Amino acid sequence: MQPLSFVDRIGTRALGMFEAVGAMATFGGRSLVAAARPPYEAREILKHVYQFGYRSAPLIVIAGFAIGIVLSMHTRASLERFGAEAMIPAALAIALIRETGPLIAGLLVAGRVGAGIGAEIGAMQVTEQIDALEATAVDSFKYLAVTRIVALMIAMPLLTIIMDFSGILGGYVAEAAVSGMSWRMYFERAFGYIAYSDIIPATLKTVVFGFLIAAASSYLGFTTRRGTEGVGEASTRSVVTASMLIIVSDVILVRIIFFFYPAVSA
Amino acid sequence: MSAVRFDHVSKAFGALTVLDDISFDIPAGQAFCLLGRSGTGKSVTLRHIVGLVQPDEGKVFVEDRDITRLPAVQLADVRKHMGFLFQNGALFDSISVGENVAFPMRRHTDWSDTEIRERATKKLADVGLEKDYDKMPADLSGGMKKRAALARAMALDPPILLVDEPSAGLDPITAGEIDELLARTKQAGTTLVVVTHNIPSARTIGDVFAVLQGGRMLATGTLDALESSDEPLVQAFMRSQGGG
Repeated sequence: MQPLSFVDRIGTRALGMFEAVGAMATFGGRSLVAAARPPYEAREILKHVYQFGYRSAPLIVIAGFAIGIVLSMHTRASLERFGAEAMIPAALAIALIRETGPLIAGLLVAGRVGAGIGAEIGAMQVTEQIDALEATAVDSFKYLAVTRIVALMIAMPLLTIIMDFSGILGGYVAEAAVSGMSWRMYFERAFGYIAYSDIIPATLKTVVFGFLIAAASSYLGFTTRRGTEGVGEASTRSVVTASMLIIVSDVILVRIIFFFYPAVSA
Repeated sequence: MSAVRFDHVSKAFGALTVLDDISFDIPAGQAFCLLGRSGTGKSVTLRHIVGLVQPDEGKVFVEDRDITRLPAVQLADVRKHMGFLFQNGALFDSISVGENVAFPMRRHTDWSDTEIRERATKKLADVGLEKDYDKMPADLSGGMKKRAALARAMALDPPILLVDEPSAGLDPITAGEIDELLARTKQAGTTLVVVTHNIPSARTIGDVFAVLQGGRMLATGTLDALESSDEPLVQAFMRSQGGG
């Protein structure tokens, strides 16, 4: 057999990638249909909301707080040139709530939860635990994947709100340290320019992030092969794939938000 | 009534033919032991019975119901009539040993928590693990995992019990106890399909025996019939395992 040419290899890889994207999209679509059908596995969903949400909260709080401080310092450095220091709380709140908060929360959750889902389901796959579930007359797809997807769709907006609030708090601490501004004044200035159309669409778009993280990671877990090496690979690929999907989908979602809420783009 | 029936079943994974035109019939209440060397398709046969693998050709019947192309919901109903002991146990490692045994009860019965715990403890006692209810699977030895997995497979007293290598990895005394437990389960009316290499174990449990080689069934019958088989491979297998 002749070795494949460079072009053939690229073509084969591209086809493989399209196949994987198609399979992942089908997996995600199936999960949404399955989520709408009983049994709803409420107990498992609640367990995962706790695991993904509550246990991710400390990371989100710390990261949000630090990002708030850094953003505040950068914003001050920029606005000081124009004598617009009074706008620092509003600029920081808008940046955090509209984009930085949701995006960073998504990427952090992709790292923490996405890796966990990929590794956990992957390990279950290679140790026949998924077959054992099926043999026990349990729909493994629904029990393992759908419950995690729904749980992360619920947890993501909550974590984003926590991230936004922590960021604003961090920004306040940084600002208070420099200018001695009171919390009340900071809060009024921060939210003086914020409308519901800034908060709601930006927070709700993280429902899509939650779906993408959990669906991609679950898919990669279910398709794990080659023992423990495969589990490690599933975990890594879950983080990479979920992060990439978040960034790409964010571009599309921001465009959609601008379309439906023109005021946001103003 | 037939508990399990294979009708000219063939299965290949890629170029590798694992089962080649296999047919057999296991009447309800009988213990059927599948013997053979590693990689001859014994575990794949068990996986066909529980619907984890579909045949390329032929049909699989469970309790006279063709499960070959059964929709997922109906297949789940059939699976509720079966227990499956996997070769490596396949315990759910995120829940305790007791909860592993309680899992099928929680999913498929409306028993109270207290009743489920009592029944799961009883099942664990049957395999000598009654004190290990709250331990995690990672804290158990290989043999203990196997016994816990057997307790899970028997949790709902299924009419059909599929057992993949029950004595592998167990010390001779424990293996003997497990064989006795399986023999008692058969006497209570359960149909057993047991994959094993161990001839003494098969002798304790089995009624009918089959030897698989290269995806084909070389011989079927009682252990005595297999031992007097003219087939050289069957003879070699029986001799190498201490048969007779």
